[in-house]
Amino acid sequence: MGSPTKSAAEHDEGAVGRRRFLTFLVAAPTLTLATTNLAPDGLDAAAAEAGVPGLPQPADIMDLGDVLILAGTPTANLLVLEVTEDGEAHFELPRAEVGQGITTAVAMLVAEELDLPLSKVRVRLADARPELLMNQLTGGSNTIRSVYGPVRRTAAAARARLVAAAGRRWDLSPDRLVTRDGAVVAPDGRTASYGSLTGLAATLPLQGLTAKPKPESEHTLVGTPTSRIDARAMVTGAMRYTLDLDVAGAKPTMVRRPPTINGTVRSVNNETAVRAMPGVIDLAVVPTGVAVMAETFGQALDAKDALDVTWNDGTVDALSDADIRKRLRAAALPFVVPPLLTRHVDAEFDFAFVSHAPLETNSAIADVRDDQAEIWAGLKSAIVAKQTIAAAIGLPEDRVTVHVRQSGGSFGRRLFFDGALEAAQISKAMARPVKLMWSRIDDMRHGRARPATHHKIRATYALGQVLTYEHRVAAVETDLRHGLGEILTATAARLPVAGNLSFAQTVFLTTVKVPYDFGVVTELLNEVPLKMHTASWRSVYSANTRGAEEILVDELANRMGKDPVAFRRAFLKTDRQRRVLDKVAAAGNWGRTMPAGFAQGVGFHDEYKSCTACLVEIDARDPGKPRVVRAVIAADVGRPINPRGLEAQLLGGLTDAISTTLRAGLHIDRGLPLEGSYSQFHYARQKDSPTDVRIFIMPADGEPGGAGELGVPAAVGAIANAYARATGTRPRSFPINFDVDFTPFPR
Amino acid sequence: MPTYTFAVNGKTVTVDAPADMPLLWVLRDKLGVTGPKYGCGIDVCKACTSHLDGEAVNPCVVPVSEAAGREVTTIEGLAEGDTLHPVQEAWLEEDVAQCGYCQPGQIMAAVALLRKNADPTDAEIDAIQNVCRCGTYFRIREAIKRAAAKM
Ligand code: FES
Ligand code: FES
Repeated sequence: MGSPTKSAAEHDEGAVGRRRFLTFLVAAPTLTLATTNLAPDGLDAAAAEAGVPGLPQPADIMDLGDVLILAGTPTANLLVLEVTEDGEAHFELPRAEVGQGITTAVAMLVAEELDLPLSKVRVRLADARPELLMNQLTGGSNTIRSVYGPVRRTAAAARARLVAAAGRRWDLSPDRLVTRDGAVVAPDGRTASYGSLTGLAATLPLQGLTAKPKPESEHTLVGTPTSRIDARAMVTGAMRYTLDLDVAGAKPTMVRRPPTINGTVRSVNNETAVRAMPGVIDLAVVPTGVAVMAETFGQALDAKDALDVTWNDGTVDALSDADIRKRLRAAALPFVVPPLLTRHVDAEFDFAFVSHAPLETNSAIADVRDDQAEIWAGLKSAIVAKQTIAAAIGLPEDRVTVHVRQSGGSFGRRLFFDGALEAAQISKAMARPVKLMWSRIDDMRHGRARPATHHKIRATYALGQVLTYEHRVAAVETDLRHGLGEILTATAARLPVAGNLSFAQTVFLTTVKVPYDFGVVTELLNEVPLKMHTASWRSVYSANTRGAEEILVDELANRMGKDPVAFRRAFLKTDRQRRVLDKVAAAGNWGRTMPAGFAQGVGFHDEYKSCTACLVEIDARDPGKPRVVRAVIAADVGRPINPRGLEAQLLGGLTDAISTTLRAGLHIDRGLPLEGSYSQFHYARQKDSPTDVRIFIMPADGEPGGAGELGVPAAVGAIANAYARATGTRPRSFPINFDVDFTPFPR
Repeated sequence: MPTYTFAVNGKTVTVDAPADMPLLWVLRDKLGVTGPKYGCGIDVCKACTSHLDGEAVNPCVVPVSEAAGREVTTIEGLAEGDTLHPVQEAWLEEDVAQCGYCQPGQIMAAVALLRKNADPTDAEIDAIQNVCRCGTYFRIREAIKRAAAKM
């Protein structure tokens, strides 16, 4: 594919929402367009929109999604759309698909704008493209928000060119032509398929052609519940994940890892014996351990287990949960408001480490040669991955090709590319292509985790008003070194936070906000840096921070003599928020009488220009084995692209909340998580999930907000509140039932 | 090395493999049948669920020698040509999959359940242990009920 040249450029400017775009014709035999996202008309406009009475918090003014959009604005060729000779639209998406349904949503936008059946749209994940600078990061619930305008703009430009080409062929004015079902239709009924027009459309000199996306009121596909475009491949086993690829010569490889996090190899004591094992092809010491390659993964696994290795210490060998908790408590910043003279509620909460545990373990294929390298992996920050890998194996960046593969879950995990980097290092050391798979045990123990956090909250109240609200979060440092740091540096001058804050504090302040009018609100984060593998976990700081707040809100309501729903209704800031809350209260029959041991609970959350409420019913007759039996969720995301996909995201968020609130976490014991399997890390199973779930998506009104992470915090609050009411306890430490009820695997 | 002959999705195959090699790796690494997924290798996650003579098994813990002379069915062998199995159809109608990684195993587990029990109760569906880390359980439940109604 050629790159756009000045002479081929068509100035196709227009304003969609707050942002402007420039679409180029790319020199190619078929119609191919690339769209640049120009500087925004000003995110300052957003500040004006956020006219919340009282004191807006930073995330009200500009949230993390805005930051990512702003950082991504000046990059060229953001999107590439091609209309092929067989009448399909091929779209390259510089994002990762990890199950969140973004390829389907984007295909819907393209199909809508082109008047093309959805089945004729193909969305491919783009290779790492460093020229996109900061525009290839999948996170912050930002994908739909960042591509909604540009995708429609690009497809609209393609449609205008196809229509112009048909007009030229028939000698008719384009404004007399319409498009339908992948073809241009003339007033006399003649049709020309897009496939037959694409060649002509690619060559027509059409300077100054302008095209506007359809008005949203004319959308017939966008906004309607639609099934995933890849669902059939998924249910027939045809879907190819990284390890299902057949890359010539790439053989199964596994790594024997140290007994503690970040330990290193001192010596391999039985290399000859292991090399002689059946199927073993090669062995190499790499920074993370000892890699073994074999004919099958079964043999690689046996060989790695047979290795006798002497290890150097890791980086947190002395640390266990109790020490970490002590450090977190010490790190929580003090409150400003003394508890004197005012009525107040104080509460402290602890949340354990949580594994991301995507079902597809960390995996990658790497083929590193002397003068070039090729990598395949599921990557949410593909550009940083490419740059880091190139540096690590000593090749210029342009000699390293990084293919982004659709992957089996992420939840934040695949922001990091440690598997791809390790595969590249092994391939270089062995001088062969490798197919690297992490064992489940390693994935849980040496993979990434949501950091443990400690929370102190104090609210003061008088005369039916909440006067002050303070939340101090102490967290083990969340590793953000996957490109987000660069993005925040680049946008620093525009951020609505004063002073010289750390990246983490910036992310915290651009994601977390209290949705209630609680007087003077201060929320502060203090991080404890520990050298272990952490990463954002679906909803970054919000799951714990907002989850804890929703628990406190119930206790505050109780103290002030109000019903939890009525209390939230009274203190929520906007009618839009209240409508969402009212929806679950009505649909969930809030306040109905429940048998002993059962209770309802409610939670609310607002983030990334979206808001959601969750109402659950829990069966906690046995407090050690509670089950959420029913859930009602409502969400307002501004403009849902695919309500069906959105419901799936909210369902996933609910299951995450059930798991992490009730049973799923990691115990850190002398420098290593004890958990190494789903029989130990208790992510919910079918028997733990509700048999009745109803999800309501509020009608479209505005621009799309973020949704991938939205579901977790409200559900955490709802579940904990239901548990508290059912059992008469005040849960303070999560997960609630967190015994070591298993024999850990050997280290 | 011993050789074993068995059927995979209706085709007879013969492989050279140590007797104790787990069937999962024979399928994936020797035969290129990649529908069954690795998620743990120790019979916990159930991502590899397939059928041996029509019964659900977890090939990550079934030695290849046990498959000799028998019929292995993986997710790839469930549809009849282009005609999907009713369980697969129900999965599409409920749009169950998110990342999709667990779904071959979920579907094979559901098919095995419905073979034994044409109209499972919620409690019987609860007995399915397959992990779905994307949390699609409710849609899986609905899809099983839908498939039961179809069959
Ligand atoms: S891989 Fe077979 S049960 Fe997990
Ligand atoms: S759909 Fe992702 S693990 Fe089940």
